[in-house]
Amino acid sequence: MQFDQILQYTLSGLSTGAIYALIGIGFSIIYNATGIINFAQGEFVMLGGLLTLSCLELLKLPLWAAIPCAIVVSAAVGILFERLAIRPLRQPTPINLVIITIGGSILIRGLAMLLWGKDTHAIPPFSGDEPIAIGGATILPQHLWILAITLIIIIINKVYFYHTISGKAMRACSYNRRAAGLVGIDVRRMVLFSFIISSAMGAVAGIIVAPLTMTAYDVGVMLGLKGFCAAIIGGMSSGMSTVIGGLLLGVLESLGAGLISSGYKDAIAFIILLLILFIRPQGLFGKADSERV
Amino acid sequence: MKYRFTYLVVSALLLLATNVFAAGTIKIGALFAVTGPAAFLGEPERNSAKMVVDEINRAGGVKGRKLELVVYDTAGDATKAVQLATKLIKDDKVVAIIGPSTTGETMAVIPVVEREHIPLVSCSAGSKITDPVKKWVFKTAQNDSLAVGRIYEYLQKSKQTKVSILTVSDGFGASGREQLKSQAAKYGITVVSDDTYGPKDTDMTAQLTKIRGSNTQAIICWGTNPGPALVAKNVRQLGIKTPLFMSHGVSSKKFIELAGDAAEGIKLPSGKVVVADILPGSDKQKKSLLEFVKDYQKHYRAEGDHFGGHAWDAVMLIRNAIARGADTAPAIRDQLERTRGFAGIGGSFNYSAQDHAGLGKDAFVLVEVRNRDWMIVK
Amino acid sequence: MKRDLLLFIAFSLLIMVAPQFFEGGYLMNVLVFVGINTMLAIALNLLLGYAGQISLGHAGFFGLGAYLSGVLTTTYSLNPWVAMPVAAITVGFLAGLIGFPILKLKGHYLAMATLGLGIIIYIVFNETVELTGGPSGLSAIPNLQLAGIIFDSDVKNYYLIWGMALAVMLFSINLANSRVGRALRAVHDSEIAAQVLGVNARLLKVQIFALSAVISSLAGSLYAHTMTFISPTSFGFNFSIELLTMVVIGGLGSIYGSFLGAALLTLLPEFLRGANDYDIIIYGGLLVVMVMFMPGGLVRGIPALFRKVVEKVGTGHA
Repeated sequence: MQFDQILQYTLSGLSTGAIYALIGIGFSIIYNATGIINFAQGEFVMLGGLLTLSCLELLKLPLWAAIPCAIVVSAAVGILFERLAIRPLRQPTPINLVIITIGGSILIRGLAMLLWGKDTHAIPPFSGDEPIAIGGATILPQHLWILAITLIIIIINKVYFYHTISGKAMRACSYNRRAAGLVGIDVRRMVLFSFIISSAMGAVAGIIVAPLTMTAYDVGVMLGLKGFCAAIIGGMSSGMSTVIGGLLLGVLESLGAGLISSGYKDAIAFIILLLILFIRPQGLFGKADSERV
Repeated sequence: MKYRFTYLVVSALLLLATNVFAAGTIKIGALFAVTGPAAFLGEPERNSAKMVVDEINRAGGVKGRKLELVVYDTAGDATKAVQLATKLIKDDKVVAIIGPSTTGETMAVIPVVEREHIPLVSCSAGSKITDPVKKWVFKTAQNDSLAVGRIYEYLQKSKQTKVSILTVSDGFGASGREQLKSQAAKYGITVVSDDTYGPKDTDMTAQLTKIRGSNTQAIICWGTNPGPALVAKNVRQLGIKTPLFMSHGVSSKKFIELAGDAAEGIKLPSGKVVVADILPGSDKQKKSLLEFVKDYQKHYRAEGDHFGGHAWDAVMLIRNAIARGADTAPAIRDQLERTRGFAGIGGSFNYSAQDHAGLGKDAFVLVEVRNRDWMIVK
Repeated sequence: MKRDLLLFIAFSLLIMVAPQFFEGGYLMNVLVFVGINTMLAIALNLLLGYAGQISLGHAGFFGLGAYLSGVLTTTYSLNPWVAMPVAAITVGFLAGLIGFPILKLKGHYLAMATLGLGIIIYIVFNETVELTGGPSGLSAIPNLQLAGIIFDSDVKNYYLIWGMALAVMLFSINLANSRVGRALRAVHDSEIAAQVLGVNARLLKVQIFALSAVISSLAGSLYAHTMTFISPTSFGFNFSIELLTMVVIGGLGSIYGSFLGAALLTLLPEFLRGANDYDIIIYGGLLVVMVMFMPGGLVRGIPALFRKVVEKVGTGHA
C-alpha cells in the first residue's frame, strides 16, 4: 500500500465528508430547535443544485447571482414546508412527524421531477477543472471551494449561535423549549428560523457539490441519509462534532471502498450508524444524555 | 317519427361501423419503466413505440388493419410489471407484449406469458432472457455479451491483456460484470481488478485510485448515466492515462454533455443509431436508422437513442409478423420466429427456433468520442 | 369478543366469495398482492400501532423471507413447504437478536436505526451475487404444491395467500385482545408505567419485533413462490415506506385498517394509471394529508367524517 494512495483516499473522503457535515448540521439545527428529524432535509440539497441550474440557464444569471438566488428560493420552500406541513399538525407525535416529513420529501421530489424532468444535469465548476496535485494525490479546484465554504458556514454558525440574540434564543429552545417560552422567546418563530437556516444550508451543500457530482431530482435521498449518519456520529450537535462526524464518515467510506470492498461502501456508513446508536447513542463526542436512550 | 327512424338507422350504421373497426384493430401491449430508476430506458422506448405505431396507422395500418398500442408504466418494479402484464393479457386482450425495459422485470414477466401463451418481445439486454430459449419470449436489445466481445476484440488486436473493471451494482452493471469476467479468458485477457459502485454514488475516486495502483492496461466501466460520466471526470481528475472504455449504456449525446471534456477519447461499443449519418451507404441498417432518427426528431425534438430503437424494432417485428398474415397470439409467435434479415435499429434480426435474440456481432460498432461527437473506430 | 368473531367470519366470507365476481380477470392478480401486502401491513402494525415502535426497515425482513425461500428451494432444492418455516424461524431469530439493542432506541433514533438495518440487508442482497444472483435477481423459484395442486394461477394463489392472510389476521386479532395485547398498549402509552405494573417491556418489545419479522418473512416466502422471480429492488427503502404508508393510511392499531391501507395502496396505481408521472406527487400528498387531517387513519376517519356529515344534514333539516 503506497502513501499517495492513502492520501488520495483521505482527500476524496474529506471533500465528500464536508458535504455530509453540512447536511448533518442542517438536520441537527432543526432537531435541536424542534425535536424533529426532518427526513426532507436531503431534498433541499437537490433543490440547491437544480435551482442554480435554472438560474444559470433560464434566467441567464451569472454564477455569483445564481447561487444566492437558489439559496433564497430553497429557504422559501423550507418556510412553506414548515408552515403548511409541520405547524398545522394536530398530533405532533414522533411517528407522525417522521411520516409527514417523509411524505413531504416525496412531494418535493415529485414536484422537482415535473419541473426539471428525470435527466441528470451537469453544472459548470466555479473555477475551472484543472486538477491540482498535492503530494501524490490530485484534487479539483471545486474540492477547495467545498472545504472553504464548509469552513465559512461553520464559522458563521458559531457566530450566530453564540453571539446574536436570535441564535442564543434558538439555543435556549434546544435546551428546554418550555423554559425558553416562559422567558419570552417566541418558540414558534425559532422553529421557523431553524427551518430557514437548515434548508438554506442544505441548498448550499447541493450547490457546491453539484459541479462535481452533477444533479437530478432524486439525488437528495442518499445524501440526506448520509448527512443524518454524520449528525448521529456527531451526537446531533450543530457545531464541530457533526463536522468531524461527517469528515470521519467520508474518509471511512472512501478508505472502505478502496481497501475493503467497493460494493459494501454504503453498508459501511450504515453499520457505523448502527454501532454508534447501539454503543454511544449520544454520539462519539457527546456526554451521556438520557433522552435518546 | 321520421326523424327518429333516421336516427335509428344512423346509430345502427355507426354501431356497425365501430364494430367492424374494432374487429379490425389489433391490440399490442407495452410495458415500459417510464418512471423510476430505469426511466432513461422507459421514456425513449415509450416515445418510440407510440411514434412508430402512429406512423404505421397513418400509412393505413397493416393489411388494412390499424394497430392499437396499450402502454403501461411499470416504474421499473418487477411486481408491477407482473400485475400489468396480467392486465394486458386478461383485460386488454392484447395479442403480443413489447417490453419490459429491464432484465429483472422481463424475468418476472416470463412465467406469465409462458403460461398465458402470449408472445413477448423484450427490450432489455440480459442474455438469460433468451438463453435458454423460451417458446414465447423474444428480445430486441443486443446481448451484453456482444458488447463485451466488441471491446475485447479491440483489446486483443491492440495487444492489451490486463483490464480493470468497474461496474454499477444494478441489473445492467451486474450482467456486464458477469460477461466481462466470463469472456476474458477467451480473448486471452485477465481481469486484474474488479470493483463496483452504487447507482447513486457521487464519487468514484476511491475505486479509481485502487485501479491506478494496479498494473492495468485498460479500464472498462459498465453503467448507465450519470455514473460513467462521473467515472470519466474522476479519471481525468486523478490524471489516469490508461485508456477508458464504457458500455453501450451511455451511447447517447447526454453522456458527452454530462462528462464534458472528460469524455474525449473514451471508446465504447454502441448501437449504430448514434453514427447513422456517417455509416457507409452499404450498411443494411442505414435506411431504418435514418428514418428512426428523422421521425424521433420530428415528434419529440430530441435525439433518438438506441434504447428507443429497441422498442422501434419490437413494434416493427410484430408489424412484419402481422403483415405476413398473423393476427392471433400463436400465429404472431410463429411468424416472429420466422423473421429473417430484418434490418432494424439494433441490428439485423434473424430469429429461429434455436435463437430468440436474433442478432450477430455486427449489431455493435466501436465508437470513440472526439470533439464532442462520435467517431467510428476502425 | 363475540362481535369480533362475527366480524371476522363475515370478512372471511367476503374474501372467499370475492373471486366469483372477478374470476379470470386482472383484478384477481392485484388481489393476490393485496393479500401479501395485508400480511405485511398487519406485521408492521403489530409493532407500530400496538407496541408503538416504528420500523423503516420491514422490507428487509420481507426480502429475507423471500430470498431464504428462493435460495433454499432453487440452489438447495428444498421443498418449499420446508423452506418457508425454516426461513421464518431464521428471520425471527435474527430479528430477536438485533431487537435487543435496536429497541433500546426511541422515536426518530429507532426510525433511523431500522432504516439503516433495511439498507444494509438490501446491500447484502445486491452484493452476495453467488448466493442471491445479485441485482439480476433469482429466477425459476418453484410454485407451492399441495395434494397435487400446483399453485400457479392467480385464482389458486388467491385462495392460498388469503388463507394465510386470514390466519395471520385471526391470530393478530386474538393477540390484540389478549393479555399480551393489553400489555403492549400499556408499553405504547408509557413504558415506565408498564414496567411498574410488572410488564417486562423490553422483552415484550423484542418478542413483538421478532413476531412481526416472522410474519413479514412468511409474506416474503409466499411472494417468492407466487412470482417465481425475485430481485433486490422489490425490497428496498421505498417499499418500507410504502408499508408504513399502508399502516398509517389504514389506521394505527387496527387490523382491518391494515387491510384497508394495503388494499388502497395496492389498488391506487389502478386509479392513477392515467396520471402517469403525477402519481409520485399524489402519493406523497396523500401521506401528508392523511397525517394532517385523518391521523387515526381511514378506519377511524371515515366513520368520523360520516358522523359529521350526518350531523350537518341533521342540523340543516332542523
